[in-house]
Amino acid sequence: MPTDPPAAESSALSRRTFVTTTVAVGGAVAVGDLVAAPLALGAAPAAATEAVLSTRVSLVVNGKQVTATVDNRTSLLDLLREHLGLTGSKKGCNAGACGACTVLVDGRRVNGCLTLAVRLEGAKVTTIEGLENGDRLHPLQQAFIDQDAFQCGFCTPGQIMSGIGCLQEGHTGSADEIREWMSGNLCRCGCYVKITRAVEQAARWK
Amino acid sequence: MYPFSYTKVSDVPAAVKAGSDGGRYIAGGTTLVDLMRETVERPGALVDISALPLRDIAATKGGGLRIGALARMAEVAAHPTVRALYPVISQALELSASPQLRNMASIGGNIMQRPRCTYFRDVTAACNRREPGSGCAAREGFNRTHAILGTSDHCVATHPSDAAVAFAALEATVHLLGPGGERTVGFADFLLRPGATPQREQNLRPGELITAVEIPSHPRPLRSGYLKVRDRQSYEFALISAAVALHVRGGVIQTAKVAAGGVGTVSWKLSAVERRLIGQRPSEALWTQAAEVAAEGAQPLTHNGFKVELLKRTVERQLRVVGGTR
Repeated sequence: MPTDPPAAESSALSRRTFVTTTVAVGGAVAVGDLVAAPLALGAAPAAATEAVLSTRVSLVVNGKQVTATVDNRTSLLDLLREHLGLTGSKKGCNAGACGACTVLVDGRRVNGCLTLAVRLEGAKVTTIEGLENGDRLHPLQQAFIDQDAFQCGFCTPGQIMSGIGCLQEGHTGSADEIREWMSGNLCRCGCYVKITRAVEQAARWK
Repeated sequence: MYPFSYTKVSDVPAAVKAGSDGGRYIAGGTTLVDLMRETVERPGALVDISALPLRDIAATKGGGLRIGALARMAEVAAHPTVRALYPVISQALELSASPQLRNMASIGGNIMQRPRCTYFRDVTAACNRREPGSGCAAREGFNRTHAILGTSDHCVATHPSDAAVAFAALEATVHLLGPGGERTVGFADFLLRPGATPQREQNLRPGELITAVEIPSHPRPLRSGYLKVRDRQSYEFALISAAVALHVRGGVIQTAKVAAGGVGTVSWKLSAVERRLIGQRPSEALWTQAAEVAAEGAQPLTHNGFKVELLKRTVERQLRVVGGTR
């Protein structure tokens, strides 16, 4: 299924290498022009050609101030994974259907793949990498281990971030309630029974 | 995804100005970003309206309800006033999408949702909504989830919103602000049936912005609720849904507000069902008799004939749930 105009795909430099070299973490300013390559190939519709197509954005990720100049098309998920090297959040469907990219933005669980990074000026983002307290796991991380709540592990970071949202929202009154309020996270290994138990365990711990 | 410029506006006049200049409004972005990635949507300029002061949720003095267009689905569903006055709205919202998406998506954006038809979303398929004049691949294609009411030769896609079904039942109004000033449109006139111009989905003029959805007052006590029937138990669009609100006094139904989702090209008001209910005493037989006319005028396609009977049964069951048997 085509998800990108072809012109945006070709670049001599791999995207991951390119963006990694043009981003700064911890308050410094990034100066790279991330959109130069795709635009030179003329993919922009007429209305956009004159306009500014990248934007500088400052946000806090796992307690650290981050400033980056991003192509306006960059999702929060791609900012995390490709620009900041935080590859815990996963790209499953990239369409808001699987929940593998779930992170907290200003305390609320959201789909990172449907969030444009450019919209996050001043936001506070928490990812799976931001949960550990020193060398101690978050109680829900520990619960996933205790309950053996994963097989391949691909959906697990999203499950845990969504579970934290579920716990904070107070939707842990019963296994049925947890199942309903965790339904935005798919697990193709089928670990739902144990995922539900893990959220129950963390709810008791609180 | 095609490149676009990005502007965040901080007040409503600036938003309307940017929208009138050809900018595309973005609120929660859960539909728009998804469709931009599929290249179904190709806006050259995005206008971020998320900072506008359009998030209040409050009872109106007549006993109705006003929901700011930027209130998030999750906020509206959980709001004590909404839960108390119109459970049907809370239920419709909580049966929609996922908790993550409900934390992002706005009420204005919810009723602006574009079709979930797979041919609409596939840029290699014929679709009159996406590309007027290209044809409709769904008519003779895989159309099990498509509409049986309000269709045309040009389009058979359903409107995907659950909240819109509750709004249609309750005869909400949509408040708009554009370059020409404010205006209000009844919900029945806001979503447009495809006819010969399926690409025109809402009664909106260039640059117009949804500022609020308002539910008029209904006689109290009002019992209401939403039932959604789908292929999986959660996180799925409706095959059929029913929004029902009833006011019973002196043992007689005085007011009946009923609409269905998953069946129409727009959220479908069931006026014939309402007429069969008003002035009658609640009974098992009445729910069956009223639901019998739910699918009047239905035109099933190759694969969705089951929706005719399922619509009747869904309406009947929800009448029983909301109305009880006495």
